Amino acid sequence: MTAYYLSFEKPIEEIEKSIAELRESHSGNREVDFSIEIDELEKKREYLIKTIYENLTPWQVTQVARHPERPIFSDYQKQLFDDFLEIHGDRLFRDDPAIVTGFARIGNEKFVIVGEDKGKDTKEKIRRNFGMPNPEGYRKAMRAMRLAEKFKKPILSLIDTAGAYPGIEGEERGQAEAIARSLFEMSGLKTPIISLVIGEGGSGGALAIAVADRVLMLQNSIYSVISPESCASILWRDAGLAERAAEALKMTGPNLLKLKVIEEIIPEPMGGAHRDTAATMKNVRTSVLRHLAELKRISTPKLIQKRYERFRRLGAFEIVK
Amino acid sequence: MAWFLKPKYNIKKGLHNPVQDGLWHKCPTCNSMIYSKDWEENFKVCPNCDFHDKLNAFERIQSLIDPGTFIETNNNIVSVNPLDFNDGKIRYELKVHEAMEKTMLKEAVVIGHGKLNGLSVQLAVMDFSFLGGSMGSVVGEKITLAIEEAIKHKRTMIIFSASGGARMHEGILSLMQMAKTSAALKRLSDAGGFFISVLTNPTTGGVTASFAMLGDIIISEPDALIGFAGPRVIEQTIRQKLPPGFQRAAFLQDHGFVDIIVRRKEMKKTLYELINYTH
Repeated sequence: MTAYYLSFEKPIEEIEKSIAELRESHSGNREVDFSIEIDELEKKREYLIKTIYENLTPWQVTQVARHPERPIFSDYQKQLFDDFLEIHGDRLFRDDPAIVTGFARIGNEKFVIVGEDKGKDTKEKIRRNFGMPNPEGYRKAMRAMRLAEKFKKPILSLIDTAGAYPGIEGEERGQAEAIARSLFEMSGLKTPIISLVIGEGGSGGALAIAVADRVLMLQNSIYSVISPESCASILWRDAGLAERAAEALKMTGPNLLKLKVIEEIIPEPMGGAHRDTAATMKNVRTSVLRHLAELKRISTPKLIQKRYERFRRLGAFEIVK
Repeated sequence: MAWFLKPKYNIKKGLHNPVQDGLWHKCPTCNSMIYSKDWEENFKVCPNCDFHDKLNAFERIQSLIDPGTFIETNNNIVSVNPLDFNDGKIRYELKVHEAMEKTMLKEAVVIGHGKLNGLSVQLAVMDFSFLGGSMGSVVGEKITLAIEEAIKHKRTMIIFSASGGARMHEGILSLMQMAKTSAALKRLSDAGGFFISVLTNPTTGGVTASFAMLGDIIISEPDALIGFAGPRVIEQTIRQKLPPGFQRAAFLQDHGFVDIIVRRKEMKKTLYELINYTH
């Protein structure tokens, strides 16, 4: 059971409440046996979750991707990594808590980690600027990634941001330059790079740490050039039409797989990652280690060449006479 | 004829209007009247207040490249509608078609090569009048092709940017053009190539956050608006007015992101000198 239900999860909420009530009276009253009723409701609950989650609209996926209980970077830090040592600062200005960098072990593999962290509680969210990095965040990430190259360690980046922060100070310190430099440098880093969108892949702020050999997405995550709200407010001057924009932008896994923007969709447990973090981590772990094993078999010059070609071929156009 | 159907006579309309006649041009910032021929010959820079108006791609090329030496390439690459995008009023491919008819261009960038005071240069010039200079697959592809040509022929790469950012009608594919063009520039840089990025009014969003900010040398025209986020987005986010001059060329130079602010009149000479110094 979760504490927060999305609007389309109303039927699930009702059934989970009934189950909880029955359980309570069941444990308080030994004369009456509700176990059959509970079993039946459980079955119904499972069926409901399955039918709802198998037919999510892009806007519903967006809501799941932003679910307040969805595992965020700090959950991966605790549950995906076997250990983690954080490093701080861009050596130029300050440490940006919206991006976390460090060293981690997953199984027998050592990684350099770059991850966007939205923060759990209000205090953390504010400290981490809701996962919206400033230029120093991208410069810190670049510093960590250069260390990875130097010590021949693979890079794993975890993406979860509404976008790079659009503020006065970010502009003063060159938000655009920081992102551009990251795209430029990552394309040539002599070490395997795996990127995983764990929630929101918000435009340049996401791409800045996703110029990778493999880009993976969790089933209920999104990756887009613009948020559905902003798209709706530009096109129709009404952010309330975000649902329609989410549809039009084709920002969910299956579409991005078709466009060859990503390599794989990692399945989430039924009902979304927030219903079973441990199972989510297991799927991520298997997938990341499999991709790394494949990448390690490729020689470095070939890896760089393939990474170039991977992005080189992205785009759709026509050549006319 | 009923009185309400009678045509209304507007006295103003009947008057001779020199601006409408096209003989005179009114500067949008200082309102001074400039003889149209002078305005064009001055490449749309106000002789009074030095306001640099937008140039279209071919006016720009004309202002830089030795007459008769520019060879445009790849102008047969055109947009499709990969997401089947329809904003409810018009399908994206029709929107592109309208832009083509309005601007007489195929896309928001013109690429090719030519001579700049006799020096061979590879050129990519964006045109803001084509869907706000937005970058979709075609813009990304053409910029990348131009960079690859610069590598192949060891030419100096010059990109004139003018863009509102990524073209959202092509969704994620527009975003990917940022990575594609930046990766091509990495190759140019590794090959020892020289890239001069020239920012013109306005350059924002995904174009600034990719190739436009990656020049070995970054030049801006005076007073050009240059930024990652547009001023309106920032104002909405922080809910306060932005200081005057924010995100203008001088602001960027003060903060260390623009090497030189160059007036249009001196652009060709400056580019020539830069190429000369580095070769």
